[in-house]
Amino acid sequence: MSSFVQANLPYLLAGISVGGQYALIAIGYTMVYGILRLINFAHGDVFMVAGLVMVYASASMPMYLSIPLVLVATVALGFTIERVAYKPLRSAPRMSVMISAIGVSYLLQNCALYFTGGLAQMYPTIPWLSNSVTIGGATTKMVTIVTPILTVALVFALVLFIQKTKIGMAMRAVSRDFETSQLMGIKINSVISMTFVIGCFLAAVGSLLYFTNYPSVIPTSGAMPGLKAFVAAVFGGIGSIPGAVIGAFLIGICENIIKGLGSNWTIFSDAFTFVLLIIVLLVKPTGIFGEKATDKV
Amino acid sequence: MSEKNIVLHVENVTMQFGGVIAVNNLSLDVPEGEIIALIGPNGAGKTTAFNCITGVYEPTNGLVEFCGLPMVRNFPHGKMKKQYQGENADKYIHDPAISPTPDKITALGIARTFQNIRLWRSMTVFDNVLTAKHMRAKQNVFSATFRTSAKEERRMREETAALLEEQDLLQYKDELATSLPYGLQRRLEIARALATEPKLLLLDEPAAGMNPQETQELGEFIQEIRDKYGLTVFLIEHHMDLVMKISDYIYVIDFGSEIARGVPRDIQNDQRVIDAYLGVSEE
Amino acid sequence: MEKTLRKDPAKKIGSAIAVCLIAALYIVLFLLDNVLPANGFTLMLIPVLKKGAIYSLICVSMNLLNGFTGLFSLGQAGFLLVGAYAYAIFAIPADQHAAVYQYFDGGAIGFSIPEALGKLLGENAGAFLGSIICIIIAGLVAAGFAALIGIPVLRLKSDYLAIATLGFAEIIRAIFQWNSLGPVTNGSNMLRKYTSLSAIKIGSIKLATVFPFLIAMICIGLIVLLINSSYGRAFKAIRDDEIAAEAMGISLFKHKMLSFVISSFFAGVGGALLAMYQTTIQASAFKSAMTYEILLIVVIGGIGSISGSCIASFLYIACNEWWLRFLDSGSFFGISVPFFRDGFRKVVFSVLIMVIVLFFSRGIMGDKELSFAGLVRKLSGKKAAQAAEGGDGK
Repeated sequence: MSSFVQANLPYLLAGISVGGQYALIAIGYTMVYGILRLINFAHGDVFMVAGLVMVYASASMPMYLSIPLVLVATVALGFTIERVAYKPLRSAPRMSVMISAIGVSYLLQNCALYFTGGLAQMYPTIPWLSNSVTIGGATTKMVTIVTPILTVALVFALVLFIQKTKIGMAMRAVSRDFETSQLMGIKINSVISMTFVIGCFLAAVGSLLYFTNYPSVIPTSGAMPGLKAFVAAVFGGIGSIPGAVIGAFLIGICENIIKGLGSNWTIFSDAFTFVLLIIVLLVKPTGIFGEKATDKV
Repeated sequence: MSEKNIVLHVENVTMQFGGVIAVNNLSLDVPEGEIIALIGPNGAGKTTAFNCITGVYEPTNGLVEFCGLPMVRNFPHGKMKKQYQGENADKYIHDPAISPTPDKITALGIARTFQNIRLWRSMTVFDNVLTAKHMRAKQNVFSATFRTSAKEERRMREETAALLEEQDLLQYKDELATSLPYGLQRRLEIARALATEPKLLLLDEPAAGMNPQETQELGEFIQEIRDKYGLTVFLIEHHMDLVMKISDYIYVIDFGSEIARGVPRDIQNDQRVIDAYLGVSEE
Repeated sequence: MEKTLRKDPAKKIGSAIAVCLIAALYIVLFLLDNVLPANGFTLMLIPVLKKGAIYSLICVSMNLLNGFTGLFSLGQAGFLLVGAYAYAIFAIPADQHAAVYQYFDGGAIGFSIPEALGKLLGENAGAFLGSIICIIIAGLVAAGFAALIGIPVLRLKSDYLAIATLGFAEIIRAIFQWNSLGPVTNGSNMLRKYTSLSAIKIGSIKLATVFPFLIAMICIGLIVLLINSSYGRAFKAIRDDEIAAEAMGISLFKHKMLSFVISSFFAGVGGALLAMYQTTIQASAFKSAMTYEILLIVVIGGIGSISGSCIASFLYIACNEWWLRFLDSGSFFGISVPFFRDGFRKVVFSVLIMVIVLFFSRGIMGDKELSFAGLVRKLSGKKAAQAAEGGDGK
């Protein structure tokens, strides 16, 4: 038993770390879906853009300026996307909004391709986060330990925010019933913008942590983590924040354990996420913490 | 009533959603060739009862028979085993072989209309009725694609035209179904239901939103199609004038349970019915 | 009643025009393949035409599902992949197996259908017939995958269906890259040396451009016939109102499955043609980005319009591979523009797509079809109206 743990500890640690990063992205998906019933396909690409901004910012300014800049730029990007690409389609069919999201994803990837010239961009070393530490005989980066702690802290703060503040209450109301909240005088546009701002802020934090583990950023870097985070959100019951976090940790851990099974199975580490997704959709389509919805005839 | 064949037999049907009992222990019979009405205040569970009959919902408990054949039979199981608050929980067995989907029930010969009109909005009036004929067409996907069943297609088109002619809708045949005035949309929905060649027609508030003139015409129309197609009609309605005029027998439900049954004259004078509709006076 | 069903003259003229145009198109394609000299213009035009025809089929197959049946599926890349692989695996000549499957001891399949037929009928006829058989196999295998995936997935609604099909496409991609299946799929390495479009000829007549047009047109024709049949109406009924459709006796599962399987069959055929066009294929190229691209073309053309999908495919491919190339090249009519460099084309392109999605969400055609009969009617109607006006004026 202990030898098994010993052998798999690096994978387990990596899994927890990646899981926390997925969780930070997944919250953006789950909150947007909860309010707009929209799968925001562009969210993964916002995450990638945050990585690129860090690359360019750190090249020309010190770290203590670039990190806040990344956070601000990502939030501004998310806010702009919502205003330009989703707001005009508020009364359009859901499929149109989803297509618009796919369009934004395509646009962000192509813009990234243009600015990077198609070359992988070296991700800067963030001091302290990149330091090596040794836990139980496994050597890893500091970020591995920081991620789960930071994730849990941020989620805790977010849950408090949603439960205790006025705008948090408005968010809950809008996700419960869009039209009625509008009639009750809730400014839904500012609630929706707030949702995007929070989602993108967390994605930016996630990107700082995630890319520290990887050498470089490419325009499609955001697609796969984005999809996995979305699966995590579905797994936990879309619209539920704790659900998304639990789902994300589970997916992160499982995919890294699969990576540990041997090279023949590595190819399935991504596919496994989707197998999990399909099983969840079939057994309990609303996820572990989701609420049941029925169509009225 | 006993000398006629029973087309639809509903026995102790209970539909419970979570802790809410929408239909409670409902039993009723619909004899062949008659017009039977199900009335009750808003939220009494009428549409839910319809949905249990047409397979949209599977009732939590009870039995539905069509022309003597069991169609749905169920007893509280799964989560409902503990939560069930209705009656007769041990009287029935669940038979998964006879819990058909709505399309299979329509194939047996029950057609319905909807309370909030559900026409196919991108289709013309003609196509709406023609598409309802799809179920009974003798063809498969290959013969339809390669036009080897063109004869069948021609037959369907001719029948559709004839049906629209009878319903005075032929002049609108190339218009979009949703561009018709409200009253005609209701009539088109009935025409579409008739295209599935039913024995029993379920009408969910056919007169909703109609003025008295239109309502009266609708009443005559229902009787007319009943005679012409040898139908049995089971309807939910709020317009009391219409119900009293055309129904042979009336069931009244409130809060999911039956509160009265009888011929129109008896129902009109039934104190429980009056209380349910107008509220019980405080004294 | 019968009288109103009689053919009107506009329809006759319209179909005559259509037949003439199609004939002219094939003559041009034939000339392009055989007679016209290869110069800068034809070297750009021919690939655009080939790829445009293939994408038309792929987009129409997606439109059948998303536009006509209302099933928002994002699994198209997966079925293209299955089709492309099924085609390539059966079309690699036996003596090339050792080279292609170099890491898997020459692979598990020791024959090729075009080659086997070639031995019987002669090389050209074998390549022609053999590739058609392989294309049909590709369609059938893709349809088989769709049938298996459809059983669990088609119960899901709207965006859950979208994400589940997207997931299945990713799973398929992983399976085809799996080393244990290497003897068949060549693992994550590419498949090559199979019968490609340039091998399609009759005698010395080359058909490299005619062939994809022919296959795509037959397939699109079949889809149009299906959509205009009783089943097509049932699909539209499900798209418009699922509950009403079921209440009118249309079995949801059966019809959704039919649409899904048929759409995947044609996607598989499209994948096979794409493999023929590309001469090499690799599973890693069939990512979800590919599905998004196809979906965006369908949206540009108009969801629910076959002719829209075809027009949009050609426009998209032509812009992407030809007309907007100058945006990447750094100069515009000889003037050098600093920000015109690699990738700028795609940026302009995605902005255009966003403009269409946001402001012209009905696309080029909306849900209407391009019809020559309609055009004739419009033109003659205008003339008649003008004549009537002239009459009044007098």
